[in-house]
Amino acid sequence: MENETKNIMIVGVGGQGSLLASKILGYLLINEGYDVKVSEVHGMSQRGGSVVTYVRYGKKVYSPIIDEGEADVIVSFELMEAARALKFLKKEGRIVTNTQKIDPMSVVLGAQAYPENLEDKIKEKGIKIDALDCLSLAEKAGNIKAVNVVLLGRLSHYFDIPDESWMKALENNVPSKLLEINKKAFEYGRDA
Amino acid sequence: MKQLMLGNAAVARGLYEAGVCFASSYPGTPSTEVTEELSRYDDIYSEWAPNEKVAMEAAFGASLAGRRSFCAMKHVGLNVAADPLYTMSYTGINAGMVIVVADDAGMHSSQNEQDSRHHAIASKVPMLEPSDSEEAYEFAKLAFEISEEFDTPVLLKMCTRVAHSQSVVETGERKLPEKKPYSKDIKKYVMTPANAIVKHPLVEERTAKLMEYGCKNSVNRMEINDTSLGIITDSTSYQYVKEVCGDNASVLKIGLVNPLPDDLIKEFASKVEKLIVVEELDPIIEEHCKVLGLKVSGKDLLPITGEFSRNIVAKALGYEEHKGISLDENMPPRPPAMCPGCPHRGLFYALTKNKCTVLGDIGCYTLGSAPPLNAVDTTLCMGASLSSLHGFNKMEGGERAVAVIGDSTFMHSGMTGLANIAYNQSASVSIVLDNSITGMTGHQQNPLTGKNIKGDPAGKIDLEALCRAMGFERVTVVDPYDIGECDRVIKEELEAKAPSVIIYRRPCVLLKNVEKKPPLKVDENKCVGCKSCMKLGCPAISVKEGKARIDNTLCVGCGVCEEMCAFGAL
Repeated sequence: MENETKNIMIVGVGGQGSLLASKILGYLLINEGYDVKVSEVHGMSQRGGSVVTYVRYGKKVYSPIIDEGEADVIVSFELMEAARALKFLKKEGRIVTNTQKIDPMSVVLGAQAYPENLEDKIKEKGIKIDALDCLSLAEKAGNIKAVNVVLLGRLSHYFDIPDESWMKALENNVPSKLLEINKKAFEYGRDA
Repeated sequence: MKQLMLGNAAVARGLYEAGVCFASSYPGTPSTEVTEELSRYDDIYSEWAPNEKVAMEAAFGASLAGRRSFCAMKHVGLNVAADPLYTMSYTGINAGMVIVVADDAGMHSSQNEQDSRHHAIASKVPMLEPSDSEEAYEFAKLAFEISEEFDTPVLLKMCTRVAHSQSVVETGERKLPEKKPYSKDIKKYVMTPANAIVKHPLVEERTAKLMEYGCKNSVNRMEINDTSLGIITDSTSYQYVKEVCGDNASVLKIGLVNPLPDDLIKEFASKVEKLIVVEELDPIIEEHCKVLGLKVSGKDLLPITGEFSRNIVAKALGYEEHKGISLDENMPPRPPAMCPGCPHRGLFYALTKNKCTVLGDIGCYTLGSAPPLNAVDTTLCMGASLSSLHGFNKMEGGERAVAVIGDSTFMHSGMTGLANIAYNQSASVSIVLDNSITGMTGHQQNPLTGKNIKGDPAGKIDLEALCRAMGFERVTVVDPYDIGECDRVIKEELEAKAPSVIIYRRPCVLLKNVEKKPPLKVDENKCVGCKSCMKLGCPAISVKEGKARIDNTLCVGCGVCEEMCAFGAL
């Protein structure tokens, strides 16, 4: 096992299902034999605001949170939230993001504009970005709420962890009646 | 079994294994999950109390009855429960009693950033501070041992990053201690001045003994490495220190933060060349070190506000900060907002329309202060809306003032404010937003919902009857989805110039049993792009290319925007 602690930051908008994504990741990594810390925010921030979850794993993990310039991967449920979290990414880090755009209230009210061409602007900075329409893939899998698992499927590309371990993590964290949909969502994300 | 556990779940597991039999709490982020987790065990009694003071006193009663007891609250909740706490320090307990208090440095979900360690010092009650889930689990068990050995309630202090972080815990089995018989002991439990005068010196003796305990017990530990720098630290700050320094500095990790271990601190100081205290919020350990005559740094290097992080600690200790990449882009912020279909929205629109001064309270409805509604004038603490409206009206602060308070907050500490309005008679319009749940903390039951912590049927207080019993003749119940009626009733009650209560009743739209309707559709032929629907500040509605748009992933079909549209386009 590598000595270095690896950092995955999950960002999105309250209500998009990032808590389940971090739960599945935490389960997966602990079963792979890592020390793991997952840090979440509950309460007020969840009401449609920006939400951030930190997942850290390695031989021995101390800090429960990820600071600026420390994330190996940013997993984002929403495009602008990926851009907002950019300062947390390591220079050689990678972004895996849903291309969905959700307007914050100031944009809805017309007081501010949603930034344009964010994907290109991030690429221009020399950052590896893997952008995917997870909402459509989740819908195709049978439930628009499965965006989180589509993203995890995509994320699985960048881990040296066998598919069976991911499936076991899904089986143990997703309600059984939604398991088939989520397995499909995972595959669509992985194979997209 | 080794598993990844939330800090709060680890506390619950520790309490459970230590044989806790009684849990009474009021929800508050970031403390709520401890009691929620405990409620899943069928072999212990758990409940939501109307407020933290009631919870703590109930736990005291359970301890008196001879069973290990527990209560939990957030930092501001401990202010509410401070009264019993300070005197329980004198009476002590029968069976062990543990009080969890969760601070919120960084104010993720709080109205202030107070440091609960002050309460431990002032009440002279021992306080344990875990730094991750494993310690949260261990300290929960240890807290009961200390409680019974030293005859005192014990505070277990969490913070957001310990409460809401998951790390690895190895759990064990529950051991249930024998019930301790209650025996009448007036000198111990009746705090008349004559008895309390005898007790106070005993409390000071207990503190001295606890200090000795803290010097010998591994709850406080020295990690001696390179001795050119010695760091004294507690709670989550310990993790940042280890992240930054690894084994390149010596550390005194404080687990029992009150009373602080004087001799151990002096011993540690004598082993290192330079001493720095790394602690979030107030300089409590630092100032204690200074009283001991030690040369120490702390808040001269580290912030007194907000929560710490790896980089903040690195900078203070002279290590390299990690830097990220920035995008030269103006990113609109995304603050929390009232949910689509929230029953509070229609009422706040009506209050804004009537140019009301709105004395607010603590709950989801605090979000009524956000644009475009900008409806709320004040948010202070639980229950403050009704009591301050009374003062505001007595001194003629404005013609159109109202107070808004949620159902759970009303039961917590709104009733006494309402009693003052009834008793001292101010012409106050008190509005109870009854969404049949404690919303912001994630849906807990309360005395108005008719269900207990497990969701089973329970006693249900009749809010209208309660108001009438207090002497209110004007009590009206309105559906907040009907904004025409909201508007009419507000006007009527403001004009009446008499004490009145308006109950806006509709369950929280996020509740599982609340039926969601299909998303609304915009008839583009009828929509003139007047933006009337936008005045509601619903996240599901936007105007693009001159026409209203409904986001069908968000809309729950509440229909409030339909009432706003003069053209029938929705």
